Amino acid sequence: MEIIILEGTLKTPTIEFNPFEGYLLIKGRSIPENSIEFYQPLIEELENYFITPQPTTKVDIQLEYFNTSSSKCILDVLKKIEVISESSKVNINWFYEEYDEDMLEAGEDYQAIVNIPFTMIEISE
Amino acid sequence: MNNIHQFYTKGEKEIVILSFKGEVTSGLLASILKLLECKIEESEEPIIIKRKITNIVVECLQNLFHHTEKFDNSSKISVNTVLFIVLKKVNEYTIITGNYILTKNVIILKNKLDLINSLDKLELKNIYRKTLTNGQISNKGGGGLGIIDIARRSGKELSYKFDKIDEKYSFYTLRVSVALNN
Repeated sequence: MEIIILEGTLKTPTIEFNPFEGYLLIKGRSIPENSIEFYQPLIEELENYFITPQPTTKVDIQLEYFNTSSSKCILDVLKKIEVISESSKVNINWFYEEYDEDMLEAGEDYQAIVNIPFTMIEISE
Repeated sequence: MNNIHQFYTKGEKEIVILSFKGEVTSGLLASILKLLECKIEESEEPIIIKRKITNIVVECLQNLFHHTEKFDNSSKISVNTVLFIVLKKVNEYTIITGNYILTKNVIILKNKLDLINSLDKLELKNIYRKTLTNGQISNKGGGGLGIIDIARRSGKELSYKFDKIDEKYSFYTLRVSVALNN
């Protein structure tokens, strides 16, 4: 298992994944050239993590915006986490800016599709 | 548009936030987006409007990038060029894209746009979720999710036009509105 720390850029989000502490952070913007390529290492690490997960797994997702090809990849990430939640207590914190109803709705979209507890957290300015 | 001055002094008050016509490259998209983001940030629109515009622009630019036709030696027209305009009117922002598509693909695209326009907010949400769950993404993008996302964020009907240039190519224009008073 490996720790992933990827600093965010203008097009890609910050990714921090610590399998030893059971923590995943995806933060920033996600409009990479090739989203499949970008998210693949994280998907692979999540597959490894599934084999020996921590008792609890915390996931923080705080995105400013993401394009639709990222949204599919993010779903793939969440589906891996859904499988992990069979053997680890998982909670997803979905952050959205005050008044950004679209981002709240995006969280609700995922909440409707994957079977994991979501907590919607509003960030005030 | 025969008279640029006419366009310039059109009845309705309209500000061109950004406009581009030419060949699109990935580097160019990044520049356009950055420029637009600066302008939007400077404006005093509420966060939700800023986010809507930025998201719609990202999707439109990526659609342009992925679906634009390759340069065609045999054609008199520059089929690999696109048009991209962001306008601000009194009560709304309008994002306009224009690109050449194969005439044979017009009907499929038209049907898709008509279908999306016929859906209400709830139906759009459901079709988005369904496409997200079932859709395949390829190197061409989100598998149809993009236009649904655009429609959802806009909340208004997508306005479009197909101008047939010749048997092979047509010019497809899309206008997306973001109302300022929701």
